[in-house]
Amino acid sequence: MSKLYSGAEIVFKCLEDQDVKFIFGYPGGAVLPIYDELKNHSSIKHILVRHEQGAGHAAEGYARSSGKPGVVLVTSGPGATNVVTALTDAYMDSVPLVCISGQVPTHLIGTDAFQECDTTGITRPCTKHNWLVKDVKDLSKVLHEAFKVATTGRPGPVLVDIPKDIQFALANYSKPKKEKKINEKVHNKFSQNEIDKLIDLISKSKRPVIYTGGGVINSGPKASEALREFVRLIGFPITSTLQGLGAFPGDDNQFIGMLGMHGTYEANNAMHDCDLLINIGARFDDRITGKIDEFSPNSKKVHIDIDPSSINKIIKVDLAIVGDVNEVLKSVIKKINKKQNGFKTSNKQKTSKWWEQIQKWRSKDSLGFVNSEQTIKPQHAVQRLYELTKNQDTFITTEVGQHQMWAAQHYKFNKPNRWMTSGGLGTMGYGLPAAVGVQIAHPDKLVVDIAGEASVLMTMQEMSTAVQYNLPIKIFVLNNQYMGMVRQWQELLHEKNYSESYSEALPDFVKLAEAYGCKGIKVQKPSELDDKIKEMLNHKGPVIFDCQVDPNENCFPMIPSGKPHNQMILGPNDKKENKITGKGKALV
Amino acid sequence: MANPKSAYSVPTKKGKSDTHIIVVWVDNEAGVLARVVGLFSGRGYNIESLAVAEVDASKNISRITIVTTGTPEVIDQIKLQLKKLVPVHKVADFKREDKKVIFKEMALLKVVGNKKKIEKTLKACKSFNPVVLDKTKQSVVIQITALRREIDKMGKKLKNLGLTSTSRTGAIAMTRGAEIFK
Repeated sequence: MSKLYSGAEIVFKCLEDQDVKFIFGYPGGAVLPIYDELKNHSSIKHILVRHEQGAGHAAEGYARSSGKPGVVLVTSGPGATNVVTALTDAYMDSVPLVCISGQVPTHLIGTDAFQECDTTGITRPCTKHNWLVKDVKDLSKVLHEAFKVATTGRPGPVLVDIPKDIQFALANYSKPKKEKKINEKVHNKFSQNEIDKLIDLISKSKRPVIYTGGGVINSGPKASEALREFVRLIGFPITSTLQGLGAFPGDDNQFIGMLGMHGTYEANNAMHDCDLLINIGARFDDRITGKIDEFSPNSKKVHIDIDPSSINKIIKVDLAIVGDVNEVLKSVIKKINKKQNGFKTSNKQKTSKWWEQIQKWRSKDSLGFVNSEQTIKPQHAVQRLYELTKNQDTFITTEVGQHQMWAAQHYKFNKPNRWMTSGGLGTMGYGLPAAVGVQIAHPDKLVVDIAGEASVLMTMQEMSTAVQYNLPIKIFVLNNQYMGMVRQWQELLHEKNYSESYSEALPDFVKLAEAYGCKGIKVQKPSELDDKIKEMLNHKGPVIFDCQVDPNENCFPMIPSGKPHNQMILGPNDKKENKITGKGKALV
Repeated sequence: MANPKSAYSVPTKKGKSDTHIIVVWVDNEAGVLARVVGLFSGRGYNIESLAVAEVDASKNISRITIVTTGTPEVIDQIKLQLKKLVPVHKVADFKREDKKVIFKEMALLKVVGNKKKIEKTLKACKSFNPVVLDKTKQSVVIQITALRREIDKMGKKLKNLGLTSTSRTGAIAMTRGAEIFK
């Protein structure tokens, strides 16, 4: 008979066989047997966070920057409920997480025991799947399946709830089964016929646009390479969602900027006026489409996605290709290369007028802003940060709000997995713990959280984690003293009734940094900005950088919700021009 | 609305809703019904009736039959979302008007009244395969199987004859002929 292991030992044997190097977690009564076992497994390092939500976001940052699943370990009851926000965030943004939670012993389940909650019930709608392990014999199989579910198809979070008595109970351990798939969900269903149809559409199009999303990033670095080859091969303009930034170089001429609510004028107008729209790994989110009835009204639409339920969910498409982005693009490239060489040149001729139109839109410089000598403009701060960090491999995380949009607009990404932001759920407080996770995955790289002062205070306690593990993360706070995006909506839509969006009694961020045992830097004048940023970059440890910016700055351009893409509100520069023509009124 | 004052878009035009019967084959494990039902409630889909039981004990398979209404897009989403659930094996979808499919519901009806009324009751139920499960001098419990609207009608009809209690199942479905749904 083979050796018997305790449930806690089985947990670690599974993690070892799944090649897990880091766990983000927080101990508590119902996971103590697992924590007790930690000391016997030196290949796995535990990162102690300060709040379980932080563990979840740190694991997300780790996963998104490394391509490996993030592992979270929490206790029952409040431990599990605290991680729900992070699980939901990961579910919305398709991030692979495996969350292991302790549970009260099986005989106490249902008795309202101390720190008991219905964890699998609570997390059912925010995970791809979850399991309550009631028999230790099932544990190794369930854990291996958990990793498989989290990482295959459209990735996402899973949760395994393990009662305390199961952690003590003994059973055999079974290794993960290679390629033996139970109830397999097929992912690459596409046919050559569909590829041919796509190439036919490409060859006929005069006004095409490629719209890419997080699916390209999730498909791995090879998918980004394939995307670059594909886009250069056909010479089409390409725009990206918030999550897809970095898949295609942000400073490339074919890249027309981010699209959507705060996307560029050229990207949104191209979406509206195109005759062929190729969606690669994006999901027609409402921040992208604006008004559905008037979304890209005259285009043939193609959707490449691994998740069949994403197709026709919001926008009806003419050609759906269900498959992994990398696989699909490789097939398309192969097919195009087989065709006669005339294809590429005729394509360029056909789209030349379209490119002229895009250049006209581009000349609007929709991301432009009026810079100031007196106050630091937040856009300027992001631009300076970009200029001073672009020569090294930099990883950027963000919180949620205006600063996030400015980061997306003004920081140019050239590689995938360098941009970690909460898009779907829009979780304030995401960026700081995510930066912790990114720095764990990439200890020698520069990791910057472009933050807002309101967001970052939601998970500020994780600075303590950064200090404990000496993670030199840089928290670049664009401090405008407001919940800026809330303030912006109130200004534009609620008659400037700034109800509860101003933060009185903000902490002194420099002193706060010092209290955590790290460095604080404050900057108020535009003239000092560069030197202070350099000071931040040159400091070896974690830094909180309090960048005091203009509190009244708004994030433009902007499509007010419920409006189509061609009805954008542009920035202050444009308003002046438009007042003369009267066109500005129609835009607002 | 000229100015919806919202960060969200206003709802746009909706297509025509149809009634569909969705049949789902699932692993019979703890929480599987909650997953299916939670998907419906969480995404705002409608459930008109629901029937579930294990149909294959050796393979541990349960069959869930859900009657729902929705636009063609919503029905498509329901199917695709259901297929993503880990314990779901296959999903079938039938329109209520589909002639190739048999739909049946069962009802237990208790009528309390004199002999004459009970006789009238039995007569009224005649065309719905009535089975008398219990009979006393002043009462009868009848089992009928029929379509939903037929049972609705029976309920109204029997009210005057002393119908005091009704218990109904959700609809279950099966294709006609030798074909089976793969």
